[in-house]
Amino acid sequence: MNIYTWRSGLREAGTVAVAILFLIPLFALVNMAIKPANSATTAFQIDPNVTFANFATAWTQGALGPALVNSFIVAIVTVAGSVVLSALASYPLARFTRRWSRWTYYLFIGGLLIPTQLGLLPLYTTMRDLGLLGSLASIILIGIGGQLPFSVFLYTTFMREMPQDYEEAALIDGCGPVRAFISVVFPLLKAVTGTVVILDAVGIWNDFFTPLLFLSGSGNATAPVAIYNFHGQFHTQWPLIFAALCITVLPILVLYFLLQKYIIRGFAGGLKG
Amino acid sequence: MTLVPLPILPSDTGRDADEAPAPGADPSARDRRSPGQDLHRRDRSLRDRSRGRRRTHIGVRAPLWFLFPALALYAFIVVLPTLRGGFFAFTDWNGIASTWQFVGVDNFFQVWDDRRARASVVNTVILAAIVTIVQNVIALGLALALNNTLKSRSALRVVFFAPVVLTPLVAGYIWSYLLAPNGAVNAFLDGVGLHALSHDWLGDPSTALLSVCAAVIWQFSGYAMVIYLAGLQAIPEEILEAATIDGAGSWRRFVSVILPLLNGAILINVMLSLIGSLKQFDQVMAMTGGGPGTATETISTAILKNAFSSGDYPVSIALAVVMTVLIAVLAGVQYRLTARKVN
Repeated sequence: MNIYTWRSGLREAGTVAVAILFLIPLFALVNMAIKPANSATTAFQIDPNVTFANFATAWTQGALGPALVNSFIVAIVTVAGSVVLSALASYPLARFTRRWSRWTYYLFIGGLLIPTQLGLLPLYTTMRDLGLLGSLASIILIGIGGQLPFSVFLYTTFMREMPQDYEEAALIDGCGPVRAFISVVFPLLKAVTGTVVILDAVGIWNDFFTPLLFLSGSGNATAPVAIYNFHGQFHTQWPLIFAALCITVLPILVLYFLLQKYIIRGFAGGLKG
Repeated sequence: MTLVPLPILPSDTGRDADEAPAPGADPSARDRRSPGQDLHRRDRSLRDRSRGRRRTHIGVRAPLWFLFPALALYAFIVVLPTLRGGFFAFTDWNGIASTWQFVGVDNFFQVWDDRRARASVVNTVILAAIVTIVQNVIALGLALALNNTLKSRSALRVVFFAPVVLTPLVAGYIWSYLLAPNGAVNAFLDGVGLHALSHDWLGDPSTALLSVCAAVIWQFSGYAMVIYLAGLQAIPEEILEAATIDGAGSWRRFVSVILPLLNGAILINVMLSLIGSLKQFDQVMAMTGGGPGTATETISTAILKNAFSSGDYPVSIALAVVMTVLIAVLAGVQYRLTARKVN
């Protein structure tokens, strides 16, 4: 199985062909964005008159700057909140073995199966009554709450397998439990924290449903909402739209290609016990 | 690396975590401990045994209040709204008035009577079925191909996974351009002389839903592939060699050895794509907005439209209950089917 034969070569050629098919939409995304607005070429053909004017126009016309800033704020605060809350909560959930701790754990895990749509309208009216509609705070709170089931699941399963000798040693050395958690336990969770950060960041950056609903009517927008509005405004000017698409996915794609090893491992590793 | 369906069926590792030695711990470590420590340990375990099940913590006492911030936020954002949503589905609550009345299952009859709502349920089930099946077949094929000695293996993995991190809304817009009447797919078909096949993919009700399925499959096959790859790499080489020695051909090896051993990965992947596509919203909004007519309306888009365009909260919330029941029933059936095969 480890020998590279002509059959492996054939298999490789076939797989590469499929990979090229997979890349075509991404190629079209970039190729369209660097064409002049009146180009007669299709998405697969390269127009020799490469231009970056679309990016400038999209940037100034689409209010993409403020939307990107909002997206960064939301992603950073949500990820930080989700890491802190779920790491803290998982510690007692993993260390106590009583019935209530198991049921609390199941309560969190249950959130993976229940669609957010069910609680959406009651949550919408609650946010409205609290005056939080249209604010970034509303989608940050919803983001953290929505990410909790998966983050708690990852942290708890990881911590259950973690030896307790270090905590015991810290305790014997006179550490309080809070101090032991901050200086001993949390640093040991580095691997799983990486997974949580990546999964949460991608999920929050790409989320469209929540900000569409909870930011609508306010001046605020995140990147996907800004793209949605932009498309509504310029819906046939494809080079312009594709430039805007490029701008909003650039941060996540750059992150992906820099950290692809960890991101792929994080997505796959999120599901192993 | 073990793949287990933990998100859905959490294992009870916590129960016996204190009896089993910690994984990775040096088994000889215990012997190196001083006798006094050992004595202390035995003493403690005796005391624990006398208290039986009442022992609540091991070694360090984890502060209980660590749980409260997460629990409070989770209750506020997820648990209470969900319970209220499930409850209001049986009332005429309209989101504004403070009074409401029980109307029984009336709202569900309204879902049945409402053309858009009914179409959305049917479309969602079709979409979920197509996406789940095709995506898993493609992903498994790619994973099997990449599990071999390919020179470009790691580069290919990066390529197939790239769409997964792309914003789904953006993926939808890219595809809506490629599939437009004067878009790239038709231009390609014309170019190779297959003009008869070129088509207004998203404007024709008979191909619009399939086009959305294609975009979703393109985007998320890489995710399923990565999970299958992890599953494949956990299969010991010796088992495959033993099957080969016993005279199994490659197809026989795949059906009788690899597939049963991939059961955990299949369970997770089918569950993920089912749940994901039953909630499908982003690509539909980008590609068709639910049209033409109601041809690509999904439950999620119908919930949004019924609540915020028509102000019809009761139908909207009843639709959310339908979605929840669909997820629960399909996930349960699927779990039963796959779990039986394990035994």
